[in-house]
Amino acid sequence: MLRYISKRFLRSILTLVIILSVVFILLRQMPIEGYFPNYDKMTKSAIENGIKQLGLDQPMYVQLFRFFRDLLKGDLGISRVYRNNVAVTEILAPKIPISLKLGSLALLLSLVLGLPMGVLMARYKGRFFDHAGTVFIVFVEAVPAAVYYLFIQLYGTQYLGIKMLFDESDWMSWILPVFSMSLGNIAYYAMWVRRYMVDEINKDYVLLARIKGMKSSSIMFKHVFRNAFVPMAQYLPTSFLNTVIGSIYIESLYSIPGMGGLLVDVIKRQDNTMVQAIVLLFATVGIIGLILGDLMMVLLDPRISFGTKAGNR
Amino acid sequence: MAIFKHHAKLETLEESLNESLKRELREEEKFQFAEFDEADVERSGYSNYSYWRSTLRVFSRNKVAMVLLVLMLVLVVFTFVQPYLPGQIDHFQVNNDSSTGLPLRNVPPGKTVTLTDGTDFTFILGSNNIGQDLWSNIWAGTRTSLFIGVAVALVEATLGILVGVLWGYVRKLDFLFTELYNVLDNIPTTIVLILVAYILQPGVGTLIFAMSLTGWIGMARFIRNQIIIIRDRDYNLASRCLGTPTYRVIFKNLLPYLVSVIMLRMALSIPSNIGYEVFITYIGLGLPATTASLGNLINVGRTLMLSPALRYQLIYPTIVLSIITISFYTIGNAFSDAADPKNHR
Repeated sequence: MLRYISKRFLRSILTLVIILSVVFILLRQMPIEGYFPNYDKMTKSAIENGIKQLGLDQPMYVQLFRFFRDLLKGDLGISRVYRNNVAVTEILAPKIPISLKLGSLALLLSLVLGLPMGVLMARYKGRFFDHAGTVFIVFVEAVPAAVYYLFIQLYGTQYLGIKMLFDESDWMSWILPVFSMSLGNIAYYAMWVRRYMVDEINKDYVLLARIKGMKSSSIMFKHVFRNAFVPMAQYLPTSFLNTVIGSIYIESLYSIPGMGGLLVDVIKRQDNTMVQAIVLLFATVGIIGLILGDLMMVLLDPRISFGTKAGNR
Repeated sequence: MAIFKHHAKLETLEESLNESLKRELREEEKFQFAEFDEADVERSGYSNYSYWRSTLRVFSRNKVAMVLLVLMLVLVVFTFVQPYLPGQIDHFQVNNDSSTGLPLRNVPPGKTVTLTDGTDFTFILGSNNIGQDLWSNIWAGTRTSLFIGVAVALVEATLGILVGVLWGYVRKLDFLFTELYNVLDNIPTTIVLILVAYILQPGVGTLIFAMSLTGWIGMARFIRNQIIIIRDRDYNLASRCLGTPTYRVIFKNLLPYLVSVIMLRMALSIPSNIGYEVFITYIGLGLPATTASLGNLINVGRTLMLSPALRYQLIYPTIVLSIITISFYTIGNAFSDAADPKNHR
C-alpha cells in the first residue's frame, strides 16, 4: 500500500514538474507587454531595464531554475498588470477561502440531490421518474451553462427578491450561485449513480437477497447503493478540489471575488505572472484530486489491488 | 460541461464489448474432438447474422433517434446551402436603413425594412446589435461550430486509433506510451484549452488544435486495452502464421470489433467540443468577432439579455445549439444501444 502511494505520488510530482515547465516556457513566448502595466508609454531603454530587472534576458533554463527555486520557497512571483507590484500569493490568499466555501456548499447540495435522484432513477428504470431525470440531465448538458446561469440569475433576482450581486455577509445572496453551481454536478452524479445501480441490480446477489425475503428498500441501500457508490468515490476528491478553483462562469456573473473570476480577469488583461500562478494552482489541484480519487477507490473497495492502476477505465 | 466526454452510456458499451471479447471457452469445450457431423455443417454453414445489419435494424426501431438523425443531416446540408438560396444577405454585411442611412440595429424578428439599395427585406430572426442579419449569422455560426466539433472529433479518432494501435500492438512501445499516458492523462482539459488559446492567435485552427491536444487520450487508451485482449487470440496467431501483413490483421481482425465504441465516442465528442467553444469564447479567448460562431453569437446575446426586447439574440442561437446537442446525444445513445450485441435479435 505504502509503496503504491509513494510511487503514485512521485509520478504525480514528475507530471507536475513537466506541466509547470511547459506552461512556463509557453508563457515566455507571450508578448512582453504582459509584464508592464503601461507598456505603450514606456521608452525603449525603460523596457530594456525592466526586462533585465525581471531576469527575462537570461537563457530559458536559468529562468526555469529560478522559477522552481522561488516556487519551493512559496513565492509565485509578482503581479505586474492586475495589481502592480503586489505578490501573487497576497492576491490569491483571500480569494481561495471564498471559492472553497461556495464550492463545498455546492458540492454538498449536488450530492444531497444528485445521489437520491440517481437511486430513484435506477429504482424506477424505464418509468416516469427515469425519463424525467434523463430529460433533466440532457437539458443541463444541452443548454450552455452560460445561458441558463443567466436566466437563473435574472428570474431568481426578479421573483425571489434576491440581490443580483454576491455579498459575503448576506446569506440570501449565496443561494443562487450555490444552486447554479450544483446543477451540473447533480446531473453528473445522478447519471453515474443510475448507471452503476442498474448494473448492480442485475447481479445475482440481489436475486439471492430477494429470495431470502429482504425488503426491497434495504436491499437497495444496504447492498446495491454501497456497491454502486464505490466507483463514484473516485470523482469526489476532484469535485471537491475543483471547488477551490471555483466556477469561472458563476464567479464572474455574480461578481464573487474568487479564483474563477480572477482567471478571466487576468487573461483579459494579459498578466502573465498571474496566469502562470493560477494555471499552476489549477494543475496542482487537478493532479492531487486524481491521486486522492485513486486512493479512495483502494480504501473503499478491498477487491482493487494496489498494483494495478485504479480508474482503469 | 464535460458530462458527455465521460458518459455513462460509453462505459456501458465498452464494458459489454469487453465481456464479449473476454469470453473464454468452457473447459469441456476446449478438449473435444471435432467430429464430422452433417447436420452441424448445415447449421453453421450459413448464418443470417450480420453485426452492422442488426445494429442498423435495432437503431432504426428508435423513431426519435431516426427523426433527429434526419434532422441533423438536413441541418448540416442547409448550413452549406443557405448562403446560395435566393433573398439571403451575407452574414457579415452590415445593413443600413434606406431613409436614414444608419445601420439597422436590433431590428425585431419578422420585421420588414427597406435597405439602402431600395429592396424590402424581412429579417426572419431580426438583426443583431450592429445591424447584421441574425438568420444568416446563425447559420454561418452553426457551420463554424459544427466544423470545429466534427474536425476535432475526426482528429481525435485518427490520432487515438493510431496511437492506440501502436501502443497495444507494439510491445516495445508499451512502456513508453504508458508512462506518457500517465503524465498526459493528469492534465486538466480546461487548462490546456485556456493556455493554448491564450498563447496562440485566436482562430478556428487554434481552437481545433487546443481541443484535439487532450481529446485523443481516452480513445487511445480504450483501443490499446482492447487490442491487448484480442491481439494474441488464436485466429490472429493463425493469420500471422499464414503471413498476413500486420496492417491487414489490424484493419480486418482487430479494429472492426471497436468501431461501435469509436463511433459513439465521436458522436459524444462533437457536442462537447461545441460546448468548449462557447466556454472559451465566454472567458474571452474564443474566435475573433469577425468569425460567426455559436459561441460568439451567444456571447453577444448574453450582454444584451437584460433588456427583454433584445433577448431573442440570445435565445435563437441557444435553441440551435441545444437542438444540436440533444440530437447528437440521442443519436449517440440510440446507437450505443443498437451497437451492443446484447440487444441484437
